[in-house]
Amino acid sequence: MDKTVPDLARAVAPITDGASVMIGGFGASGIPFGLIDALLDHGATGLTVISNNAGAGDTGIGRLLKENRVAKVICSYPRSPGSVWFERRYEAGQIALEVVPQGTLAERMRAAGAGLGGFFTPTGYGTRLAEGKETRVIDGRGYVLEAPLSADFALLRAEAGDPWGNLRYRVTARNFNPVMATAARHAIAEVRHLSTQPLDPETVGTPGIFVQSLTEYGVRP
Amino acid sequence: MKSRTDSELAARVARDIPDGAYVNLGIGKPTHVSAHVPDGREVIYHSENGILGVGPTPAPGQEDCELIDASKRFVTAAPGASYFEQADSFAMMRGGHIDIAVLGAYQVAQNGDLANWATLDDSYPPAVGGAMDLAAGVPTIFVMMRHVSRDGSPKLLERCTYPLTGLGVVSRVYTDLAVLDVTPEGFRLIELTPGNSLDQVQALTGAPILT
Repeated sequence: MDKTVPDLARAVAPITDGASVMIGGFGASGIPFGLIDALLDHGATGLTVISNNAGAGDTGIGRLLKENRVAKVICSYPRSPGSVWFERRYEAGQIALEVVPQGTLAERMRAAGAGLGGFFTPTGYGTRLAEGKETRVIDGRGYVLEAPLSADFALLRAEAGDPWGNLRYRVTARNFNPVMATAARHAIAEVRHLSTQPLDPETVGTPGIFVQSLTEYGVRP
Repeated sequence: MKSRTDSELAARVARDIPDGAYVNLGIGKPTHVSAHVPDGREVIYHSENGILGVGPTPAPGQEDCELIDASKRFVTAAPGASYFEQADSFAMMRGGHIDIAVLGAYQVAQNGDLANWATLDDSYPPAVGGAMDLAAGVPTIFVMMRHVSRDGSPKLLERCTYPLTGLGVVSRVYTDLAVLDVTPEGFRLIELTPGNSLDQVQALTGAPILT
């Protein structure tokens, strides 16, 4: 089996206008900057971007926002230092925002990837973020029903990968990448080292079954 | 009025964190608490982006650009640390495995309601991050904040006016002027910052202070 593609451009070629795209990373760690730049060159627009943050500065998701490729952002924390392009688009009413608590964001992806129809969480119970959602009291405690969250594509960053699509992560660059791999119908990884030999199975963070294609991008931000 | 500095406030919070505790420090002022834990105590810091065992800030030139905490600061890994993905990280938080979270707040109500994620200004994008998960899942929530807001209005209230993060979740509040417990009867004074009278602090508080 060989899931490798020769370059970033071919990796993002399947992404269509209006697609929903999960993008790994937290802060600047674990963000697939190479794939995002390739997506900009590719030209897809009207995207729904699902990520923890809404970009910083003129790079990564910030650049997608700057060039007006994003119709909607689903994230937990859009207000990081330097999120100027998100704030500009938001204040101008050019972008839709869905704020999701970070753990609920991860668990909604996990549910989608694991084939679950949703879950009851205590997070957000009684707050504005639970308005309109089904609630239930279980053993005396209030819970909110949250729906699974899948996406058409996921753009991932990993330290190493092999032709079978197995990925290995490094330090806190792991973050959302593994759970997004499970929740997307087509997960694309950029890896710092593409190994022609299989990764040590003990070190695999994302099993290759969750990854549809990968390509090498050696730059570390 | 005598006001604790941010550093003195962090040291005061640190005194109440026991040896062996698993602790999450929120963004902003709470991140300073780790620098003040008394010698001889081992506290294990969780950061929701995926590390348990956050170590000290690296020396200049030694930063690892991929090794950061939830405040996006460069950190190191302490002995015994581990890395993990988001679903596992929030299982630690929501599942009740973290002992203490230290959070900032816009407002705290006398019933323990916490407001720290959104204001009443709808033109400003709300940002929740992991705050609601911590509020829902961590059994002991310490709030560390200024006693009054920048415009002088009370932040300790009978009822929060800002959107809530969690209901009845705050255990103790540390401000520059006082330390108060949240009890079934309301705010109970633990201590005043030396040099302040109860009357002075009560005048800056939007709910009764019990003694």
